[in-house]
Amino acid sequence: MAFEVPKVSYTGKIREIPLGREGSTVTVGGESCYSFHLFEGEMPYTPKIAMEVYDSEPEDWSDTALEPFADVIKDPVAWARKCIDTYGAEMIALQLASTDPNDKDISADEAAKITKKVADAVEVPLIVWGCANVEKDTEVLKAVCEVCEGKNLIIGPVVEGNYRAIGAAAIAYKHTVVASTPIDINLAKQLNILLGNLNVPDEKIIIDPSTGALGYGLEYCYSVMERIRMAALVQEDERLQFPIISNLAKEVWKTKEVKVTEAEAPLLGDLGKRGILMEALTAQCVLLAGANILVMRHPEAISLVKQSIKDLMTGK
Amino acid sequence: MGLSGIEIFKKLPKTNCGKCGVPTCLAFAMKLATGQAELDACPDIPDAVKEEIGEASAPPVKTVVIGTGDRAVKLGGETVLFRHEKRFENPPAFTLLLSDKMDEAEITTRLKKFNYTVYERVGVVLRPELVAIKAESGDASRFGTLVEKVCNETDAGLVLMNEDTEALSQVARSCSNRKPLLYAANKNNFETMGNFAKELSCPLAVKAGNLEELFEVSEKLIAMGLKDLVLDSGARSAKQAFEDQIIIRRSALLKKSKPFGFPTIVFPCEMADNLMKETMIACQMTAKYGGVIVMSEIEGHSIFPLLLASMNIFTDPQRPMAVEQKIYEIGATNESSPVLITGNFSLTYFIVSGEIDSSRVPSYLLIKDTEGLSVLTAWAAGKFAADTVATFVKKSGIEEKVKHRKLVIPGYLATISGELEEELPDWEILIGPREASHLPAYLKQLKI
Ligand code: SF4
Repeated sequence: MAFEVPKVSYTGKIREIPLGREGSTVTVGGESCYSFHLFEGEMPYTPKIAMEVYDSEPEDWSDTALEPFADVIKDPVAWARKCIDTYGAEMIALQLASTDPNDKDISADEAAKITKKVADAVEVPLIVWGCANVEKDTEVLKAVCEVCEGKNLIIGPVVEGNYRAIGAAAIAYKHTVVASTPIDINLAKQLNILLGNLNVPDEKIIIDPSTGALGYGLEYCYSVMERIRMAALVQEDERLQFPIISNLAKEVWKTKEVKVTEAEAPLLGDLGKRGILMEALTAQCVLLAGANILVMRHPEAISLVKQSIKDLMTGK
Repeated sequence: MGLSGIEIFKKLPKTNCGKCGVPTCLAFAMKLATGQAELDACPDIPDAVKEEIGEASAPPVKTVVIGTGDRAVKLGGETVLFRHEKRFENPPAFTLLLSDKMDEAEITTRLKKFNYTVYERVGVVLRPELVAIKAESGDASRFGTLVEKVCNETDAGLVLMNEDTEALSQVARSCSNRKPLLYAANKNNFETMGNFAKELSCPLAVKAGNLEELFEVSEKLIAMGLKDLVLDSGARSAKQAFEDQIIIRRSALLKKSKPFGFPTIVFPCEMADNLMKETMIACQMTAKYGGVIVMSEIEGHSIFPLLLASMNIFTDPQRPMAVEQKIYEIGATNESSPVLITGNFSLTYFIVSGEIDSSRVPSYLLIKDTEGLSVLTAWAAGKFAADTVATFVKKSGIEEKVKHRKLVIPGYLATISGELEEELPDWEILIGPREASHLPAYLKQLKI
């Protein structure tokens, strides 16, 4: 018996979505195979990493995460520039954490102003992420869409409870939406259908199936991503043929394991390197499962993941 | 796979004697068909039938055991390509590489670290499992001495790596009772190595330069009667190894390829020049089908995240994981620390306890058995009803630990607070935040 490579015959393809403003777009998607299965299909655009920037100084960050940004932590514009100029960020993800009513609760106007400043200061695609409070996000993200008209921001999380309002604003001011659902392939599909019915163009949708950190539910996200990719590529499920985003850094960096010192838990080893690997390994897993855009924090974790993407794409 | 429960049942003794642990032969057959029982549990099946059923019901990736006793490591046994299709069975064995070129003090330190690197999470023990000993010095006696040292200093399973079949066989003979993995048979020496592994009944690794060669050598070894093989396609780049692992697993599952129906051995240690990158590659192999994953070093900052990844990927997607029902004390609690209650879904527990921890407000967390369901699901299924919560609170012993009587319940369960106040008349029920991430802010302003 001779050996023969068993190939999967893919019948679907992920949509190619250009992000950012005209003239400096970054395209994601376009796969005609499972992630990195380059022996049987194509991945015309490599997965991209967006570096996080916060709208105001974060309070509870570990030293490991804080250290690279210590000089810019109070200024989102300088922070974004540092990500691009020093760390070569391909995209920026502005986390509007302080809009959270349980946190600083800054107003929609103020959030929009900050966003506008950052958007004007960067040429790379800009992801703008709300605080995951349905009502507040509606207000904030609508305002953001308006003041950044034409910049093709990537706006999220857009959920079942606010997709109409934010979706309409995104259409009106020409932005891309992140359709967020809680780890469920059917809900993900349903929201994409709803967005389609609202007339959000297909090249303006990114899927966020939710992300858990390594050790904190990563497996659920991993599997829902694999299922979405399977449905999109071999079951011709049209409404799932969109690129996937994973907003993973904030999940990883709030876990106990990136904060416990080596003195407190000697078995966990070096605190700094451990945090970096916790983030990089979470990223590695979602990449293999199908993520196209990773929202990440630590420059060293990012460089490990970039190297890994390069190795898997080119074989060095 | 292949045989249905009924087909297996027809071949069983049909005495319903119960010695297998289930009451009837039919029940046993059903368990066999779904992989929940081992054929050996029935003492009365004739050997010939055993072989026949074993053959037909064996998973497409054979289960191979390395090591003995408590430290025996099972690899393979896989039946699916994606974890959501059923579940992955046996997590990879992270393996420490030692070379007979290293100096003795270095070896002692590394072995020690290997031995004490053991974690427990949700009742599951996580640790690097095997030690690989590689002959690089060219001095057979050095290799022998090192193997002896490792045997004395750890119970872990072993991988013996030596290209010199003569030297390998001598050493393997001295420790064959430990069931080491012999590394490796190749296209030139497979007859010698095959016969030798058979004689010692040790598992045997097959090393080739590429997949075609691997297929051929494996096929020949199977023809010689070898049953426990571990495959090395020879790939030493992340991309090639990824591709090979997928093709091997797919061939076994989709083409029923026998030569590829075995677990694999992979070498991140030979694919990176630093441990950070090596860890990334090992993580890739954890998700995509690595069996024995050989690492140049075992360091907490690398192996701990890897073991978490392995635990996540190998969790049975159909069975929610649960933690024990009891009072968890987070931080330096005292009689006026807050008391919170939630369900025993392990993820709930990890997230909630992590948030309490980061709030730096020492608290008691009562974990109620909800059969591993998340709070809302549990409530819908009647596992978080006011009366059962009340019974648990009373019996938990929390009333002896705190002076106050204030209980924080999850925000999503605000609806049960009235009922709960009736069931627990001494207690004031406080409604916590809906999202765990808001707990630190909540706890900081909470007045007991
Ligand atoms: S031990 Fe064997 S014979 Fe007895 S009930 Fe079980 S399967 Fe049947």
